[in-house]
Amino acid sequence: MGLLSKKDSKLILDPLADNNPITIQVLGICSALAITAQLKPSIVMAVSVMFVLGAGNVVISLMRNIIPSKIRIIVQLIVVATLVIIVDQVLKAFAYTLSKELSVFIGLIITNCIIMGRFEAFALGNGPWKSFLDGIGNAAGYGAILIIVGFFRELLGSGTLFGFKVLGNPVEKTGLYAIGYENNGFMVLPPMALIVVGIIIWVQRSKNKELIEES
Amino acid sequence: MAINTDKNSYTIIFAVIMVIVVGSILAGFASGLKPKIKENERFEKQQNILYAMGVNENAGPNDVNFIPTDKVEDQFHKYITHQLVIQGDSITENDEAYLIDIKKEEAKAKDPEYTRRLPLFVGEKDGKEVYVIPVRGKGLWDAIWGFVAVDKSMTIQGVYYDHKGETPGLGAEIKQRYFMDDFTGESFLHGGAFEGIDVSKSNNDPKNTDMDDNEVDALAGATITGNGVAAMLKKDIKLYVPYFKSLN
Repeated sequence: MGLLSKKDSKLILDPLADNNPITIQVLGICSALAITAQLKPSIVMAVSVMFVLGAGNVVISLMRNIIPSKIRIIVQLIVVATLVIIVDQVLKAFAYTLSKELSVFIGLIITNCIIMGRFEAFALGNGPWKSFLDGIGNAAGYGAILIIVGFFRELLGSGTLFGFKVLGNPVEKTGLYAIGYENNGFMVLPPMALIVVGIIIWVQRSKNKELIEES
Repeated sequence: MAINTDKNSYTIIFAVIMVIVVGSILAGFASGLKPKIKENERFEKQQNILYAMGVNENAGPNDVNFIPTDKVEDQFHKYITHQLVIQGDSITENDEAYLIDIKKEEAKAKDPEYTRRLPLFVGEKDGKEVYVIPVRGKGLWDAIWGFVAVDKSMTIQGVYYDHKGETPGLGAEIKQRYFMDDFTGESFLHGGAFEGIDVSKSNNDPKNTDMDDNEVDALAGATITGNGVAAMLKKDIKLYVPYFKSLN
């Protein structure tokens, strides 16, 4: 037997593809549009969300029997906010330049619907270990899409990856730019992220016909 | 467990306990990390001031590399020879002048009884005396600020700008080299009187060869941020004009 039982590994693997929070449930789109103009913030966002969602799911799951149902949303909100503030403070103290670059994005994690969604739908009804796996799985599914979108937007929009000029220098006209290639400035703007996400959804559904809903 | 979680009294007690627990966790984190965060902010200010006067680790033409944080304290004291606080007619030396929050000073200055404290950093690089002035203003979305290094005759030796939340790719470009470097060589004075520097869309000088026009090229798509930079310079540098007049 492996480290995870079949049921447990399903919790992690499902959100990566067939139940992806972004492409199937269409949750967490807001932050996916805002921060994916470059690859690096996409990755940091993915890691931060993984921490917040994993830890938050465990906390909520541990408290699931004592949370008064009348104020459960507020309690969930407080848990998310606390974790996000901790991430923000730790980044400020130990990775100051990075935290400056991400400034508002870290705070934006609070508004990520995936987090509240998983608390409400999963952690309130399952044990801590399962909730932890579910949190990690969903955050990974979210992060994977962020990284794909960030990769294409940075590459096609700015001609760079992690800030390195992989397609040549647009000012000195080297590399691809020498033969007349131009960066697509539209890729840097949020609407293009929506279109890239749309393309991913299209590709995924045409590969897996089961995902297409009957209308 | 047989707790009735629907009872009002239970809900209130739960909420109170939750707030106390979360509050103390966050307070613990905040006060534990505060010295470290404050130190980071202090180093950043020193890095920015040194950057404006040309003390940095730029290697390529597009780099914005500061002196690393572990060395910045020493370098700061090496290059900055005096830190002055100008308050009305009195000029005092203060080794912590760089910690003056000019945002707070600006707010306090609304009170007519209060004379605003103006920090000024006198540095020496390659035998030349430079004066670094902190500036702060408004961009499109949020605050913008910076440090401007000038010589005795108010000709710019270097600048550093930063912003809180300008649009990436547009207004946020004010912290790019190609924009900041344009200011070097321009003068705040025109015919001996204070004029400021305009961020102009009709500058018609992409190579920035004309250093007497009190204008630099604007950024495409960032009109309001650019105007904010020009307004910020006009507003804050002006305060120092009497001091520079007294120098010459």
